[in-house]
Amino acid sequence: MNRQLAAKKQRLTERARIVQSIRAFFISQDYLEVETPLRLPANAPELYIDAVVSGDWDLQTSPELAMKRLLAAGYEKIFQISHCWRDQERGGRHLPEFTMLEWYRAGCNYLALMDECESLLRHLIPTDSFKYLNHEIELSLPFERISVNEAFQRYCRTEAEEALAEDRFDELMAFEIEPQLGKQRPTILYDYPVELAALSRHKSSQPNLAERFELYIGGMELANAFSELTDPVEQRRRFVETEAARRKSGKRPRPMPETFLKELDQLPESGGIALGIDRLIMLMTNAKTIDEVIFFAPEDL
Amino acid sequence: MYSCSDLKKGLKILIDGEPHVIVQYDFTKPGKGQALYKCKLRNMISGSLFDRTYRSGESFEPASLEERDMQFLYRDETGYVFMDQKTYEQVTLAEETVGDDKYFLIDNMEVDVLMYGDRGIGITLPNFVNLRVTQSDPWVKGDTAAGNNKPATVETGYTLQVPSFVEEGTLIQIDTRTGEYSTRVKE
Repeated sequence: MNRQLAAKKQRLTERARIVQSIRAFFISQDYLEVETPLRLPANAPELYIDAVVSGDWDLQTSPELAMKRLLAAGYEKIFQISHCWRDQERGGRHLPEFTMLEWYRAGCNYLALMDECESLLRHLIPTDSFKYLNHEIELSLPFERISVNEAFQRYCRTEAEEALAEDRFDELMAFEIEPQLGKQRPTILYDYPVELAALSRHKSSQPNLAERFELYIGGMELANAFSELTDPVEQRRRFVETEAARRKSGKRPRPMPETFLKELDQLPESGGIALGIDRLIMLMTNAKTIDEVIFFAPEDL
Repeated sequence: MYSCSDLKKGLKILIDGEPHVIVQYDFTKPGKGQALYKCKLRNMISGSLFDRTYRSGESFEPASLEERDMQFLYRDETGYVFMDQKTYEQVTLAEETVGDDKYFLIDNMEVDVLMYGDRGIGITLPNFVNLRVTQSDPWVKGDTAAGNNKPATVETGYTLQVPSFVEEGTLIQIDTRTGEYSTRVKE
């Protein structure tokens, strides 16, 4: 018998229950569950996300583009639970193939999604608090909300813009800021420099910031959300710029997602969010590594 | 050349011209940001430990290390001198490189010497070595605190716990991996 696999049974049974509970939440909120293809001619170009090749096409890195096409076609509240692939991502919290929950909603922005994150978490964990590793995480209070700028000032004594200009943003975020977030209660980190939000809308009051947020619990990044960019000209400009930067750094050239760009002018004002289900299950089953909450890691195959 | 995706525990790479081994490794990636590879490295010459973070796109030169069968010849003021069994080439390892292994080195002993280029940076001893006890007081009956064991010093100056029946002049076998008594050698 594969003892390692047998030992996971309790966690994996809990995993199935959690996924059912996620579905129940979205169905109760009048969301429609959708299934879009996993194999695509092109993903949205991202500087630091690489797709896994599948024939002439790629496996999806996120169902984002297909789901926004649904929004543009009048599907107003949709969610999807699907596998995503990101090449070379492997660590204690990363798998090259993982399970993503994404949901999109017309007629709202990222603020409404922040509230919805809180509702989802409280639905999934009905107790006032829960323990994750050595953190006691409070759920009865509103989630902490802190801007990216405030986080850099508080935890690094520097400005986010300065860190970005000095090319230290990612290191400071990963090693100084993230471990401090969501330790006592979940934290929403919001308003990113526009350079770091390829598909999100700029803040009208501060055009150097993008309406993007991330949810952190117990020092772990759980979800990423945007007020969706609905301007096809601006979107194409950003895609072209990112694709050019990708090619310049020696990455495989990919075509523009033309069908998405063509239909983007129909996209209503909307918000969208992607949440890593494996990490959510790590939190809810008190697992230290992502391997503990999946049936098989790539190395097991 | 290695790329970041080759990084893992145990990999040996060159940094500033010196061989290093990765003793701890973690991959992380802040939301939509670039992949960061956090490594704890040990300098295989000095033994010093330090942290370093790499980003995707960086590349690493493999540290080509070679183990060679050598014989221990003697010790002098420069260190411990070994000779390659095939080429008769001699290599001297500094006292701090040999470290506590010096207690188990006896003349003509065959060991594996880890070579970086023409430089010896470490040795691997045979698992067991026979050494003669040079000093050990007789066991005092009723000294239950130490059980049936008592301290003994061997010819290299190493001191360890041995069973009560081991006397001065006895040849004993020591496990070099743990430094513990293994058995008495019949002569």
